[in-house]
Amino acid sequence: MTEIGGPTPASSGVARGEPETDGGESQTHTIRLELIDEPGQLLGALRPIAENGGNLLSIFHERGNITPRGRIPVEVDLECPPERFEAIVDALRDRGVNVIQADAERYGEEVTVLLTGHLIDSDLSDTLRRIEECSDASVIDLSLSAPQGTDDTSSARVRLAAREGRAQRAVGIVRDIAAEKGLHVVEPLSEGSP
Amino acid sequence: MKLAVLGVGAVGRSVVELAGEYGHTVTAVADSESAAIDPDGVDPEAVLARKEREGTVGDAAPADALTAASDVLVEATPTTLGDAEPGFSHVRAALEADRHVVLANKGPVAERYDDVRDLERDSAGSVLFEATVGGAIPVLSAIRDFGPDHITAARGVLNGTANFVLSRMAAEGLGYEHVLAEAQDLGVAEADPTFDVDGTDAALKCVILANVLGDGGHSLADAEVRGIRDIPGSALELAAEDGQTVRLIGEATPEGVRVGPRLIPQNGTLAVTGTRNIVQLETTNAGRLNISGRGAGGPETATAVLSDVSRLR
Repeated sequence: MTEIGGPTPASSGVARGEPETDGGESQTHTIRLELIDEPGQLLGALRPIAENGGNLLSIFHERGNITPRGRIPVEVDLECPPERFEAIVDALRDRGVNVIQADAERYGEEVTVLLTGHLIDSDLSDTLRRIEECSDASVIDLSLSAPQGTDDTSSARVRLAAREGRAQRAVGIVRDIAAEKGLHVVEPLSEGSP
Repeated sequence: MKLAVLGVGAVGRSVVELAGEYGHTVTAVADSESAAIDPDGVDPEAVLARKEREGTVGDAAPADALTAASDVLVEATPTTLGDAEPGFSHVRAALEADRHVVLANKGPVAERYDDVRDLERDSAGSVLFEATVGGAIPVLSAIRDFGPDHITAARGVLNGTANFVLSRMAAEGLGYEHVLAEAQDLGVAEADPTFDVDGTDAALKCVILANVLGDGGHSLADAEVRGIRDIPGSALELAAEDGQTVRLIGEATPEGVRVGPRLIPQNGTLAVTGTRNIVQLETTNAGRLNISGRGAGGPETATAVLSDVSRLR
């Protein structure tokens, strides 16, 4: 991993060349990704960072760990002008990279929903994947309870991390996906805005 | 005040029983088949004993109660949906005779609020309906006191049966069917609990709240309603692991109504247990106001009816 641990020419070039036009100094950010354990995955995930003006500072490839989805967590520190950060995260997502967390304060809103119904039969991992894809939110915790076995009604508690102000939108998307699959959602009561 | 009481269910019966205690006189009582009328006041005990014994309250026809001498019509017949009949016609008859109306029946103000208000405008009588929302809890009078313009939203637990079922499921780790059967044994749930567990009852109350907050325009058909039948015990367990619980929550704003099972903090204000109800009002200048208490029951709901009657004095 050391060969890509330093700044790549493309990334450092953009990062150093752009601050004046972007009107601000570079900030340091941390992104947590999860990657499939296959050759080339890491490099593929890092390219969008450089292409969008991010300067890689360090990469921590947690080979010993495995995420609930059986993937490998990777933590990337980078610096970039503040307004570039969102483009970098979007570019990663466009490449199919699962961004678990991108700076705690940017994904500062967490929301928990319950899903009930035939969760297993309706392909739970597909449900979760689509929630993440469509809602721009990350599933950060999942608890499943299927006391009657997998072919009966089961329940899942899903905690989502969404960008500031986007949690309600994410819940709406969960609701749409659940409706499509014949599942039920118990949404949290948001007391501020009924 | 002289009261004509229509409907001799749990609420109507309690109104007849308690009216004297609140300084009022019942001059007419009617069920669907008969009526008892006495301009000097019927004998509550005799009327209710006859109802118990013979199934009728007197020898007069039910319609006679509508024309009998009274100041206030207490409409406590069962809630009906759609055209809200026969309750709506009772309201019309009373208002056209320039009498006041106090409703315990939710139908007219949930399904035909604008029609009721139109009739009221042309009448010397007024319509009050505190008993239709939250039983003994003074929700509508609180809204009236603050002024509907100063309340942006009302939300809460408005059905005791559904709340009993969910809070028992959470506390005992039991399934829906089991707890519902228990609730029926205890008399908390009716033999046909559809209205309660499907969210209809809570929705009607929220529609009334939305009508009051937004000056009409709402009926059950516009409400988004989901019940609690499909909540498995495992969902409540998962919620509890996270310090949360599930309650059937109704929300009303001037814009609309939504009722459904929702995740709320286990120790939060809205997580009332058993058959207790709670209403939370969001005020413009005074923050949040919580009012809780018994949301159903004959004597409880009758106190709300009699409070309305006293307001008309």
